Amino acid sequence: MDTSRSYLEPSSFSKKLAATIIIVYTVITLIPISWMVMTSFKNVNSAISYPPEVLFEPSLEGYVNLFTNRSRQSQEYLDSLPAPETWYEELVRSREMVITGPSKFLGRYSNSMIIGFGSTFASVFLGALAAYAFSRFRVPLKDDLLFFILSTRMFPPIAVAVPIFIMYRKLGLGDTHLGMIILYTVVNLSLAVWLLKGFMDEIPKEYEEAAMIDGYSRLQAFFKVVLPQAMTGIAATAIFCMIFSWNEYAFAVLLTQFNAQTAPPFIPTIIGEGGLDWPAIGAGTTLFLLPVMIFTIILRKHLLRGITFGAVRK
Amino acid sequence: MSKIKIVNLQKSFGDFTAVKNSNLTINDKEFFVLLGPSGCGKTTTLRMIAGLELPTSGEIYLGDEEVGMLRASERDIAFVFQLFALYPHMNVKNNLSFPLKMQGYSRSEIKARVEDAAKLLRIDHILNSNISSLSGGDRQRVALGRALVRRPKAFLMDEPLGTLDAEFRELMCLELKKLHIDIGATTVYVTHDQLEAMSLADRIAVMDGGEILQADEPSVIYNKPATKFVASFIGSPGMNFISIDQGISNEQSTLNIEGTDFSIPKQYEISKGKKNSFGIRPENLSLTNEGGLKGSVFGVEYLGSRKIVTVKTNFGEIKVKTDISTSVKINENVQVKPSNDNIIIFDGETDKSLKSEFMN
Repeated sequence: MDTSRSYLEPSSFSKKLAATIIIVYTVITLIPISWMVMTSFKNVNSAISYPPEVLFEPSLEGYVNLFTNRSRQSQEYLDSLPAPETWYEELVRSREMVITGPSKFLGRYSNSMIIGFGSTFASVFLGALAAYAFSRFRVPLKDDLLFFILSTRMFPPIAVAVPIFIMYRKLGLGDTHLGMIILYTVVNLSLAVWLLKGFMDEIPKEYEEAAMIDGYSRLQAFFKVVLPQAMTGIAATAIFCMIFSWNEYAFAVLLTQFNAQTAPPFIPTIIGEGGLDWPAIGAGTTLFLLPVMIFTIILRKHLLRGITFGAVRK
Repeated sequence: MSKIKIVNLQKSFGDFTAVKNSNLTINDKEFFVLLGPSGCGKTTTLRMIAGLELPTSGEIYLGDEEVGMLRASERDIAFVFQLFALYPHMNVKNNLSFPLKMQGYSRSEIKARVEDAAKLLRIDHILNSNISSLSGGDRQRVALGRALVRRPKAFLMDEPLGTLDAEFRELMCLELKKLHIDIGATTVYVTHDQLEAMSLADRIAVMDGGEILQADEPSVIYNKPATKFVASFIGSPGMNFISIDQGISNEQSTLNIEGTDFSIPKQYEISKGKKNSFGIRPENLSLTNEGGLKGSVFGVEYLGSRKIVTVKTNFGEIKVKTDISTSVKINENVQVKPSNDNIIIFDGETDKSLKSEFMN
């Protein structure tokens, strides 16, 4: 009898099958993303050529167009100008245009950063405090309160768009960074409280008790002993909150126009000469993808532990 | 270091009273053990002394100061948890210096104290290790170290050896005792393990159902238990009880059980109540051919140096600790007889031991 095979260990066939499925799935998922990245490095013509070009000469035109405003000029006018000083000026002039100034993209992008990270920090911080209280103290009507908090997530947030729109206009919060941070924080908070409560419940209360015996107040113990141990939960929660507020489109379209407009409603409005400027849009979305990707990669180690946390007793 | 006194201490959780009207005085530099089965209120008592629970009523004195309602951080005591509760995100050195940082010691003072404690506990070679890489015994030592760097008024320990394996527990028991002698700190130690209690304690308080039943030296607790519960809880196996359906009169010195007269220590207390019981430890019994309680051998346990013979009688099973040379067979008819006068009569109503020549 062949005893060399363990029944606990998957067979090499099922391992190969699993690997194949994962690779196929990954490739399918990556096609649109890689197409987007490729488009960002094409020029206007090759982006819309048919059949689509898979091999092409890379160009930074999309990125130049994304960051600049340009205007078309006559050849005579262009000839009258002094020689271009920079490579991007040269690139623009080869399209018979001149750069008239920077585009709004950088401002919109930094709005996204401020609002995304601001609301993520606020959600996680407030969520951690609330989760700690729910986890440790005898809160009257605890279960009802927790259900109420969760219930705010049971309808699509956009269902309350109109009341929020009116409320924000009356309060002067429309098109402000603070308004958007508050809005995204409120939406994310229920998720943060629930996720973090699970993690807080897993941390034995002896740690804070030990810290309190060691002379620390409960709040100090919370910051010095509980929070560091909840890092996995905080990382996981932060990623979820960040992804939501970074990608949010509907409220951003509705509530922001100028000062606090984020990147998602801005990118589709990039229109070039004679239609959509696909390379510029590709460049915008590629850059838009980066922060969440980097943020997730940095916290990936925690995220993986966070998702499986509590599965095995320590 | 200072003495600890608790007066009429009571703690209720809703309808449940965890600690009932308890009084205790723990002397300076004493190693005091709270012993009892789980749920007896020993940990709650300890946590009230620590300030992790607030008493429902009563007072707690630490030295001369009443601390019952103070926060844990204001009491200057150290607590060693059953699961150690070492901060997993800090290394050994930071765990040890954590309590000192709060008290605003200078960096050099903290360093010196941490090193002293580490040397005392022989953990100076692992100061830079992570907590997760330590063995159970080393974690235990670090937990003790964190308690003693601060030189607190008292050490409170909640079953600190409970998670160690048997062999290690014995070793740590010895170390704890030695440490206590070296630093002479007032220590309150909670355990459900009577061997630990017996080997460590200067005095033991036995608790059950939220009440302190007896607080005394280990030998007194063992030989002269105040109640039937103490008698059965302490000792392995516990004391044998034979129910005697008769009252006890003053100066009584014999007791007739099943037609046989047994001499008992002269009794100084009258108990009219029935359902009294006659208590005797297994090592104070011997097997005989006549003049004892009749029964048959039910089981024999071999313990290495002794044997425990279980004899089935009309009064239930009676355990007898005998010499290794005693050879009896299962179902053999034997008789059981006291071999000395270490006999205690327990009152059927109060469960308390009656005063006698032995129990004076």
